[in-house]
Amino acid sequence: MALNFELVTPASLVLSEEVYMVVVPGTEGEFGVLEGHAPFMSTIRDGAVQVYRTAGGAPDNIEVRGGFAEVSEAGLTVLAEQVIA
Amino acid sequence: MASLKELKGRINSVKSTQKITKAKQMVAAAKLRRAQAAAEAGRPYATRLAAVMASLAGKVSGDAAPRLLAGTGGNQRHLLVVVNTDKGLCGGLNSNIVKEARNQARMLQADGKDVEFYLVGKKGRAPLKRDFPASIKDGYDTSLVRTPGFAEAAAIADELVAMFEAGRFDVAHLIAPVFKSALVQDPVTRQLIPVPAPAVTQASDAVVEYEPDEEQILDELLPRYIKTQLFGALLEREASEQGASMTAMDNATRNAGDLIQKLTIQYNRSRQAAITTELIEIIAGAEAL
Repeated sequence: MALNFELVTPASLVLSEEVYMVVVPGTEGEFGVLEGHAPFMSTIRDGAVQVYRTAGGAPDNIEVRGGFAEVSEAGLTVLAEQVIA
Repeated sequence: MASLKELKGRINSVKSTQKITKAKQMVAAAKLRRAQAAAEAGRPYATRLAAVMASLAGKVSGDAAPRLLAGTGGNQRHLLVVVNTDKGLCGGLNSNIVKEARNQARMLQADGKDVEFYLVGKKGRAPLKRDFPASIKDGYDTSLVRTPGFAEAAAIADELVAMFEAGRFDVAHLIAPVFKSALVQDPVTRQLIPVPAPAVTQASDAVVEYEPDEEQILDELLPRYIKTQLFGALLEREASEQGASMTAMDNATRNAGDLIQKLTIQYNRSRQAAITTELIEIIAGAEAL
């Protein structure tokens, strides 16, 4: 019951861990990704990626600027141009 | 034979040169570690982006493909993007890059193509301008910032894409050093625009949904891919510069040491010779009485 989530910027691999759910700000609307999500790809707009480490827990918000999100069998990969700490 | 005073002066000047080269070597060694770490940290993004590119490029082809992928259809005007360092004191690195650029340009010209240069970094400007005075068009100055980062790479990429869209060239090549070790940094030429179609990894059967559609994603992805390529080149350049500088300064320090040793021996010999001459004069004088 865990989603493999990776957040990568050109400067570094920011995050790589198992999480419960991630809500990504897609260009055409936010979408949540759980384990076993169908293959999907979207560009993202500037906004916060919400990382839920546990079911029902409070999310960690990570501000990102521009990039892509890709969901495959291996998990979710967010390629962001910039991460604002 | 140089006088004692002259020799002393030379020894001192070589010693201060050695101090400078030694300091530069240590600075380069410290910076190299950081530059190497940065170059390694940038790799995951590049590999993942390439993977996404490969899966997308296989799906979008034919007339629908954006121009950055398909090209202008022409193959006449070539742009060479040459990435040099801003500072010297790094051995043969810059002259190797310039040599590679010159060879590429000569080869293209021999095929009857038009060649233009886009120069990044200061050190390539003078030698390339000497050989191809009419071909130097534009450049990007990276010497204003201390460590060029993604913002600079993005600025360069935007300018290149704008030039491509304005129809200023058909094909762009990137010539940049690739850091292998502190001893080896080879300049490598890669095609930048149109983006070379990546080798398609086995097309997965899973139906991928795209939002917005494939073409629009690819439209956004291609400029980003070029940015990443340039960013990678800047990181490699940084690591190469420090590596080459460290090696060159190590050699220079050793040479200075040898020179000091030789000069010291010469200095001591002539000092002894002078003393001996004085003694002989005194003894001869005493005997004459």
